[in-house]
Formats: sequence, C-alpha cells, structure tokens
Amino acid sequence: MNAIGLPQILVVSTALFFIGVYGFLTRRNMISMLMSIELILNSVNINFIAFNKYLFPGKLDGLFFTVIIITIAASEAAVAIAIIINLYRKYKSIDVEDANSMRF
Amino acid sequence: MQASIIIFYCLAAMIIGGAILAVTSLKIFRAAVFLLFSLIGIAGLYFWMNYEFIAAVQIVVYVGGIVVLIIFSIFLTHHSGEDMKSPKLARSIFVAIAASSGFALTMLLILQHQFFASSGNVVEPTVKNIGTQMLSTTENGYLLPFEVISILLLAAMIGAIVIAIKTKTKA
Repeated sequence: MNAIGLPQILVVSTALFFIGVYGFLTRRNMISMLMSIELILNSVNINFIAFNKYLFPGKLDGLFFTVIIITIAASEAAVAIAIIINLYRKYKSIDVEDANSMRF
Repeated sequence: MQASIIIFYCLAAMIIGGAILAVTSLKIFRAAVFLLFSLIGIAGLYFWMNYEFIAAVQIVVYVGGIVVLIIFSIFLTHHSGEDMKSPKLARSIFVAIAASSGFALTMLLILQHQFFASSGNVVEPTVKNIGTQMLSTTENGYLLPFEVISILLLAAMIGAIVIAIKTKTKA
C-alpha cells in the first residue's frame, strides 16, 4: 500500500458528491433533499481542505472558503426548515409533489 | 505511517457508508442518524489532515447544530415511525446510472491529472494564524468576507423567524 495523498481524498469527496446527487434526485421528501444538499456541500469542503493542504500549503485560502461554506450551509438549513414547517402547516405534508399550488 | 493509512480507510468507509445509508434508508429518522455518522467521519478526516480548527467547527456547526435542527423538524412534521414512500424504480435506476457515470468521468479526469504542489514556506493552520489572517485588512486578509457573512447570518436569522412565524387567522 502506498501513502495516502490527494487522489485518495478526492475519490472520497467525489463519491460523497455523487451520493448526494443521487439522494437529491430520488428523494421526494423535502427534509431528505435538504440532507442530500448537506452531503454535497460537505464534499466540496473536503475538496477545499485537501487542495489547501496538499497543493497550496503556503496559504490559508481554502480554509477560509470552507468556513464561509459552513456558515452559508447553516443559514441555508435554517431558512429551508422554516419554509418546510410553513409548507407543512399549509399542506399537511412535506412531499414536493404535494406543494403544487403555483403549478401552471 | 501504516496506522494513518488504516485510519484513513476506516474514516472513508464511515463517510461513504453513512452517506449511502442516509440517502437510501426509508425511515427518515434513521437517515438523519446515518447523516450524523457521515458528518462525524468528515470531522475525523479533517483531524486526520491536521486541520483541527475546521474539525472543531464541523462538529459544532454540523453535528451540534444542523443535524439537531433536522431531527427537530422531522419530529415537527412527521408522524414518527412512518416509512417514506420508496422512489419509483425507473427513476432510481436512471439516477443511479447518471450518478455513477458522472463519478466514473470525474475519477478518470482526477486519476489522469498530474497535480503540482506549489513550493514555498508552509503556513501552519493554527488558530493564531487563522485569527490574524481572517481579521486583517492587508493583502491576504479576509475581513470583508467575514463582515459580509455576519450580515448574511443576521439576514438568515430574521428571515427564518419571519417565514416560520404563525400569523393570526381571522376567526
């Protein structure tokens, strides 16, 4: 076995990204779709940290991008869950197929 | 050296396995718990890469914040113990084909590409370095994004309250 480098970490983050894509496209439940989005954002964070560690060790830019992405993910989750709870009050369901009152 | 390789593969198995179970489990509460395991594995990967600050932020924000928020909203919006509808077979087959071909294409590009590390002095990601660089206004400073992100957090907080507030209906 050779040492772990950048390609091995990129394999993990790519697999995580496409698992998130699979979940986002198959699930019809809003909270599950939100969980898939969190997986996708986390795979991007792993990429930023790995590139910062292995390719640009003289800078901290990737780390700051990761901090900013984590903050945006937190605020996105808060707003999304507020919207989901509001939709649940209106439709008594959080399935995306049921929220169709704006469909033309 | 050998131990770090074994730890890396254990963390990778935890991340990928948790993620797969989180997107395929039909009970939504179990899916949230598997997501929790995947996020803890990612925090362990940051520890493995010696980025302790990011690992701590990951545990505090994701594990302590977002997953707890998701579990609360599951309890608020679900009849607990009820299974979700399983996705249509044709849809899941097509999405699986699309996702795995995208994965294969990306893997092909990554494994063919030669990465070149930039030489120069190494900046250790200690909390002192992170703090001074984040709050400095010099060339590599990140003060403006820091302030913008704090405004965004305030806006998200107000927005979440305004959206979720219960308006009195006319009786």
